[in-house]
Amino acid sequence: MLVSIYRYNPEKDDAPYMQDYDIELPAGKDLMVLDVLNLLKAQDPSISYRRSCREGVCGSDGMNMSGKNGLACITPVSEAVKKGKLVLRPLPGLPVVRDLVVDMGQFYKQYEKIRPFLINDAPAPAIERLQSPEEREKLDGLYECILCACCSTACPSFWWNPDKFVGPSGLLQAYRFLADSRDTATQERLSDLDDPFSVFRCHGIMNCVNVCPKGLNPTKAIGNIRTMLLQRAT
Amino acid sequence: MVTQITSFGRSGLYDWMMQRVSAVVLSLYTVFIIGYLLLNPDLTYDQWSALFEATWMRIFSLMVLLSIGMHSWIGLWSISTDYIKATGARFFFQSLCGLVMFVYIVWGVQVLWGL
Repeated sequence: MLVSIYRYNPEKDDAPYMQDYDIELPAGKDLMVLDVLNLLKAQDPSISYRRSCREGVCGSDGMNMSGKNGLACITPVSEAVKKGKLVLRPLPGLPVVRDLVVDMGQFYKQYEKIRPFLINDAPAPAIERLQSPEEREKLDGLYECILCACCSTACPSFWWNPDKFVGPSGLLQAYRFLADSRDTATQERLSDLDDPFSVFRCHGIMNCVNVCPKGLNPTKAIGNIRTMLLQRAT
Repeated sequence: MVTQITSFGRSGLYDWMMQRVSAVVLSLYTVFIIGYLLLNPDLTYDQWSALFEATWMRIFSLMVLLSIGMHSWIGLWSISTDYIKATGARFFFQSLCGLVMFVYIVWGVQVLWGL
């Protein structure tokens, strides 16, 4: 099978280029894209990429596979190959450190902005802050995010304004804390989001939903934040 | 979190709401005009002129004019902040949009009200 990989080593290369590799895959098995990368790395140790848990939990190996963002470790080759060729590129929109490794600084900065931690000024109870099963249920589909950045780097609004638009991943987490019955900073959180960029730069094209390897729905969460802002203002 | 803003209402929620409300007004007007033309195939000048003489039609049309102005300003402001990265060029484009919007509203009032 033909694998085309985005190569860039800023210490040696003037510009990025695509390098083609021909690789023999074991018959009768549908490998994951990460397995193919590992096989190639054995051939050419200079190929760089991030990976850790190899089972879709850590979110390290987010990359663009034949045009679609996803986690290499849980994407079968059969799904990623287009016209007999597997094209691997780094996540779009973020600065490339080397080959498939991107600088996630901008992404984390947006995550930091939404204050991704529980804020509650009341003194902590002796054991725990209780939640009813119904209140806990509201966090389902929100807390599972692994911050792999597949969604935010598939979003044109994040490409154009990565410094101002929080991005689908950050907004999913913003709503995770807005929806949490134990959090008391709801009003401040909403005030922080009520500008034309942070939330409202989302135009609902749902690229994020399309690529999320965990099957989450940031567009829905963003819609809920809008509704909360609207309810507060009218 | 983005505090320095030159958008229409200076608030994301307000812009978003105006964008949607104006879109509804624009689509209602479009449906109305198309429907009116379809229901009156032998439309005469007098009939058309009488329609635009009516106060409710003037209110409706003015609302549409203002909606076009708002809708396009919010939309073009968004587009310019996405694609025009040079501040000078962006400011020029936004000013031009504001001017064109104002001209169209004044001109539109003149045309519609036969001033």
